Amino acid sequence: VAEKTYLQAISDGLRQEMRRDKRVFVIGEDVGVYGGAFKVTLGFQEEFGPWRVIDAPLSETAIVGGCTGAAIMGLRPVAEMQFSDFISCGWDQLVTVAAKQRWRAGTPVPMTVRLPSGGGFSGGPFHSQNPESSFAHIPGLKVVCPATPEDAKGLLVTAIEDPNPVLYFEHKHLYRRIKAEVPDDRYTTPFGQARIHREGDDVSVITWGAMVWTAAEAAQQLEDEGISVEIVDLRTLVPWDKKAVLESVSKTSKVLVLHEDTHTGGFGGEIAATIAEEVFEDLDAPVKRLTAPDSPVPFSPPLEKAFIPQVDGVASALRELAEY
Amino acid sequence: MATTSAVDVVMPQMGVSVSEGTITKWLKQEGEQIAADEPLLEISTDKVDTEVPSPGEGVVQQILVQEGETVEVGTKLAVIAPAGAEVAAPEPAPAAPEPEAAPPPEPPAPPPEPAAEAPAPPPPPPPPEPPPAPPEPAQTAPVTDGAGEKTFVSPVVARIAAEHGVDVAQVSGTGRGGRVTKKDIMAFVETGPPEAAAPPPAPPEAPPEPPAAEAEAPAEAPPPPPPAAAPAPPPPTPAPAPTPEPAMAEPQAAAGEELEPMNAMRRGIAEHMRRSLDTSAHVTTVFEIDLSKVVAIRNRLKPEYQRSYGVNPTYLAFIARATIEAIKNWPWVNAEIRGEQIVIKKYINLGIAVALEGGHGLIVPVVKNAEGLNLLGLARAIADVAERSRTKKLTPDDVQGGTFTITNPGGWGAIIGTPIISQPQVAILDVEALVKRPVVVQDEGGQDVIAIRPMMNLCLSYDHRLVDGAYAAQFMKELRENLETFDEGAY
Repeated sequence: VAEKTYLQAISDGLRQEMRRDKRVFVIGEDVGVYGGAFKVTLGFQEEFGPWRVIDAPLSETAIVGGCTGAAIMGLRPVAEMQFSDFISCGWDQLVTVAAKQRWRAGTPVPMTVRLPSGGGFSGGPFHSQNPESSFAHIPGLKVVCPATPEDAKGLLVTAIEDPNPVLYFEHKHLYRRIKAEVPDDRYTTPFGQARIHREGDDVSVITWGAMVWTAAEAAQQLEDEGISVEIVDLRTLVPWDKKAVLESVSKTSKVLVLHEDTHTGGFGGEIAATIAEEVFEDLDAPVKRLTAPDSPVPFSPPLEKAFIPQVDGVASALRELAEY
Repeated sequence: MATTSAVDVVMPQMGVSVSEGTITKWLKQEGEQIAADEPLLEISTDKVDTEVPSPGEGVVQQILVQEGETVEVGTKLAVIAPAGAEVAAPEPAPAAPEPEAAPPPEPPAPPPEPAAEAPAPPPPPPPPEPPPAPPEPAQTAPVTDGAGEKTFVSPVVARIAAEHGVDVAQVSGTGRGGRVTKKDIMAFVETGPPEAAAPPPAPPEAPPEPPAAEAEAPAEAPPPPPPAAAPAPPPPTPAPAPTPEPAMAEPQAAAGEELEPMNAMRRGIAEHMRRSLDTSAHVTTVFEIDLSKVVAIRNRLKPEYQRSYGVNPTYLAFIARATIEAIKNWPWVNAEIRGEQIVIKKYINLGIAVALEGGHGLIVPVVKNAEGLNLLGLARAIADVAERSRTKKLTPDDVQGGTFTITNPGGWGAIIGTPIISQPQVAILDVEALVKRPVVVQDEGGQDVIAIRPMMNLCLSYDHRLVDGAYAAQFMKELRENLETFDEGAY
């Protein structure tokens, strides 16, 4: 079992599926000759040829629309949005066509859209967003947000296998920063099953994506202070693992819902509401949310740091809950 | 049919859509003799008011639901014991059916924080003679932080306190501002209070079983009342809180005001009227009708109808007859919108709005298949349902299935109205007062002259979602022609 970066794990998973299944192909801006903006598909065109690794024109509408058609006809397209922010140009194809097709006509749409998302490197307002909640709101789409290299590979394989359109949010700030062991063999990671990233008794953190690591650092700090933090990594938002969340909350009775996306309408609101509805009598403190503020992502490095939840902020939110 | 064992009287099912009823009056009291089928009580549902007959002969042993209370269909209302049986002392009710019936949950002191309302404790071994349902300490005693200041009790702490019968005020808190945390109360539950004062026993959930002797009839009597009336044994698991739900703020009468609770009929009317306005696009069209011909025919028919059939040929009957004829050519006023479909009814079930005594309430009995009735038949049918409305003899079927409604406030002198449609119908005809008015007519020589004519306004409220203005007007024009040229022979 080799150690791999998050990015390598994505690349490996994709390559494995393309070798295994001729229906799988890749399309996106600069994914071919250039190997992708982040080099996820580096060397793919050489191996699979220009008809399975397609350089698309600068049109997300065409990419998503083309994938939708190909998926309906039986292929298994994997589209790459160069940045998840650009998915807005493909909204109509994705939300109006792909998400509804199964409902309207009964035909599966086995497509995957890879969405490099998130901030932390001064990408500014067009290259740093986390638009997962917008799509979690659309029935017919699945939404996955891996946090570890192992899950990045396993969830990508599951996404390609899934008969529905799956939005695969890969956090750019994890690409080369996070390294861990990833099995070489093919495996799938199930949707709708959270992963307990860290066990604890005093406070629960419910989160996903890059924030899992922010929470983990904060939890480490608090451990020294005698506060035991449990981290639940949702891994997939649609479907999301209510049972695991409610079990953790019932155990600790105090919960922080943490995400990098902005506050209003963020998926954390759904989680907080579900906790309040279903395990109210297990709560020993108000459900707390920690998110980015309701603002576009700032370019300036100090401002971006103030915008994205940081380890210190998470630690003090956890401390507040523990002391409540 | 003499009763040999006790019989339960339950809230009857008064029609498929009726789920509850209100006891308006007990006609017999506990201990009184009653014959089988003799009226025992009056109930009121949102469809009809009616009497409930006794299911057997005997003695009213027990009345379980009091006047004014509303209960679900199937709820046990009373027990009829066999004749000769002595009436047992009333047993305590198994559970307070209405929040108001329970003891006041709050002491005169300021109420506790809302979160203190926790599920009931699990039933402990029944203490010898507990009061029926004393207030739960954790729910009533304000929790203090020692300085006499109230602090917040979180949902989980309230639940644990209730489950273990712990008074939160006895637990010392380590949370913010001395709040008792989950850990604090868990530790308290596990190790007990510091000063060895055992937590007070929690009250039982259900009243104890009454001593058997009290519940049983004397030995010489036929079988004793079934034990079913006794309270059920305490459930094995914590049940939902039997404590009163936080009641909605009761409206209070200010000086010079008087409160009167809505009865079932009033609530039903209120809900239906509001829903109808929210559903249909109401528009009202008014036509003036010259009833000279109808008046003349009626004056001629009246003695004959009354003598031969005992029926009064009312103006309403004439109008109903003319309306039915007009509907045949304009079927969309006798239709329904069901989803995206227009449902056209091939039959006419004519609803007749009948005001109840004193203007308190209104009921709309239905004359079924009115298209098959001639003038005499209609007059008779309308008189029948109106009479049964006023004497509370309608059955639920009598008030269901209407396809078009006529309302008749003209009797009191009204001349224009904009009635609300009875859902899911799409039109309602309002019959106004018959008044003598000067009108311009043409004499035989074709000259305009002013004449005195018996005039009446007919107002049609219709659902503009389905019925357009022109359609409604053409329907009304035909109705006017039917009345102004009323052909006695044809009807």
